[in-house]
Amino acid sequence: MAEKKNTCDLFDCGHRACGGCGASLTARLVTEAAGPETIVVSSTGCMEVFSTPYPETAWKVPWIHSLFENAAAVASGIDAALKKQGRKEKIVIMGGDGATFDIGMISISGAFERGHDFTYICYDNEAYMNTGIQRSGATPLDASTTTSPAGSQSFGNKRPKKDMPAILAAHGAPYVATASIAYPADLRQKVEKAINTKGPCYVQVHAPCCTGWGFEGEQTIAIAKLAIETGLWPNFEMVDGKVTKVKKVVRKPVTEYLKTQKRFRHLFKPKLQEAEIAAIQAIADRNAEKYGLDIKLPPKKE
Amino acid sequence: MALAVGCRARPGKSRDNKTGSWRVFKPVFDHDKCSKCGMCQTLCPEGCVHEDTEGFFDPDYNYCKGCGICAAECPKEAIAMKQEEK
Repeated sequence: MAEKKNTCDLFDCGHRACGGCGASLTARLVTEAAGPETIVVSSTGCMEVFSTPYPETAWKVPWIHSLFENAAAVASGIDAALKKQGRKEKIVIMGGDGATFDIGMISISGAFERGHDFTYICYDNEAYMNTGIQRSGATPLDASTTTSPAGSQSFGNKRPKKDMPAILAAHGAPYVATASIAYPADLRQKVEKAINTKGPCYVQVHAPCCTGWGFEGEQTIAIAKLAIETGLWPNFEMVDGKVTKVKKVVRKPVTEYLKTQKRFRHLFKPKLQEAEIAAIQAIADRNAEKYGLDIKLPPKKE
Repeated sequence: MALAVGCRARPGKSRDNKTGSWRVFKPVFDHDKCSKCGMCQTLCPEGCVHEDTEGFFDPDYNYCKGCGICAAECPKEAIAMKQEEK
């Protein structure tokens, strides 16, 4: 039997994430799946800040941070250097949704187009959490953030989430997947697959943020699970641009997910906003149709 | 002359930061109810739940922030959150 490993072997205790942080769990699961022969590149973001306040670091693998926008460019350089030296280390980029969907888009697009060999992990907490919950391209429809506040004139964020996996699949990425911390075995498997696939691969991990979304830390996993069960977070795998695996569910209404979080509270109080909830339900229905999320139950016998 | 660029830190130096002092509620593990599934260890964001030689799990209270994920996700309800007494 293999020697028992501690879960903090590659991403150590003592980092300064909030209690119940989804991103810190992502970092731990990803480093576990990637193994010690890995070089991690971080973009600026919550994870970079909470894991490495100088002179401390929680990482036990080689780790580098340069700027917000250039993680993919830094990784490209590392890839070229490793190739020249004939070394076999794997490169993993850890970026938040702000760095991935908005600020780092140019260098990500460049690195994917050049076809470097790395794995890009986006821990998606659906806003800029580190600087105080500003909306990003990943923020879902009607979420209240500090730059899209809900009030008498607004229901929060006006735009739906950007479809980043499809954008990167269109770059010709050999492997693109979405995962969730609610299913850690599935997440690890996808990260391993991405790392062992040659070329630029992308895994987008749903990582709820208790502070930004407004829920108690113990609910993190339950809420991530609800996002999948309502169809708002399709969990799928794409190989060479084709969807090959989808997590199928018996779908629940989206209100089950929305009412657990303070960022959607304005949809229920002081008045139930039926039109807005219907719009969010329509997004879930579209996801279900696009990816075939629904389990077809056999008709009930009389 | 060797020029050091940027900041460097010893791997795992964050261990100096005992985040257990943040805790308000403390998870107490009941080994009698435990089925040794290891869910608490897998889902702990700190990675501070460790397996002992008999296969039971216990948190490292030096680092446990008391988030309560282990208690909420334990299928056997073997973990109780108790008010911290300091």
